[in-house]
Amino acid sequence: MIEALIDEAILGLMLVIAIGVLYWRNLFAAAMLTSIYSLLAAALFVVMDAVDVAFTEAAVGAGISIILTLGTLALTCGEQKPRPVFVLGPFLLVLLTGAVLIYGTLDMPDYGDALAPIHSHVAPRYLEESRGEVGPPNVVTSVLASYRGYDTLGETVVIFTAGIGVFALLGHGRRRGKVVAKEEV
Amino acid sequence: MQHHTVLHVVAKILLPLILLFALYVQFHGDFGPGGGFQAGVIFAVGLILYGLIYGVDILKEAIPSRVLRVLMASGVLLYAGVGVLSILMGGQYLDYGVLAHDPLHGQHWGIFFVELGVGITVASVMTSLFYAFTS
Repeated sequence: MIEALIDEAILGLMLVIAIGVLYWRNLFAAAMLTSIYSLLAAALFVVMDAVDVAFTEAAVGAGISIILTLGTLALTCGEQKPRPVFVLGPFLLVLLTGAVLIYGTLDMPDYGDALAPIHSHVAPRYLEESRGEVGPPNVVTSVLASYRGYDTLGETVVIFTAGIGVFALLGHGRRRGKVVAKEEV
Repeated sequence: MQHHTVLHVVAKILLPLILLFALYVQFHGDFGPGGGFQAGVIFAVGLILYGLIYGVDILKEAIPSRVLRVLMASGVLLYAGVGVLSILMGGQYLDYGVLAHDPLHGQHWGIFFVELGVGITVASVMTSLFYAFTS
């Protein structure tokens, strides 16, 4: 009962912040609101006992992604360009997409349903056997690093590739230095 | 931010704690929440805090971006290398059980090095993203 109330309070705050992000023209304020949104999401994950996910959300969502967003704003512009107040076409498109997404969730199992497919497939085996098969008391670590080692390798490669992509777009501090050196000569 | 004495002092006190906490999250991930990904991000955040307060150039003197580029690749290589090592020792790719005499010990070693690889890659990618955005 209390837990449901906390969930609803956090979700309500997240909704308010999301609307705030939409309305704010100052992008620095919007970035800070996004950070608060991530922190609330992390709190929601803690209530759900998913501390590993909460940890990642707090560190990545509320921490480093905001630093990178602010870095991007420093490179570009801190104020959103004024737009026409209301355009019918995009509004209908967004409304339709939202309706389709909500229709898609109607098939999903109820929140906290013990008989949901995700709880009856491999999860029981991980919970019961991982101490004997893999070892660590934290089952999340066993699943991520051992049972799903391929996926985690893929994620690491994705992060590496993302870094390479940013270097390709922005340079890694070297190319710009060379250009300056040429101009000085 | 050359003249913010309070920020300088607070950052100096917090920095070792942040880096130590990152190492704790890295190596205690089997027992508590956390793992390579979170640890890498926290470590990078510590370095970025240093760069924001003392200046990116001083941070770049401590950790040049070419070192970070090597670290980025070596984390992925460490991860993939554990997989190759487990093939060489007679198992399947990323099957850590064969890495030691006892399968549980093998799993422990495998997870340790795999998480270390993730942590190194994440920390160096995040720090070099910060370099790329500030250069």
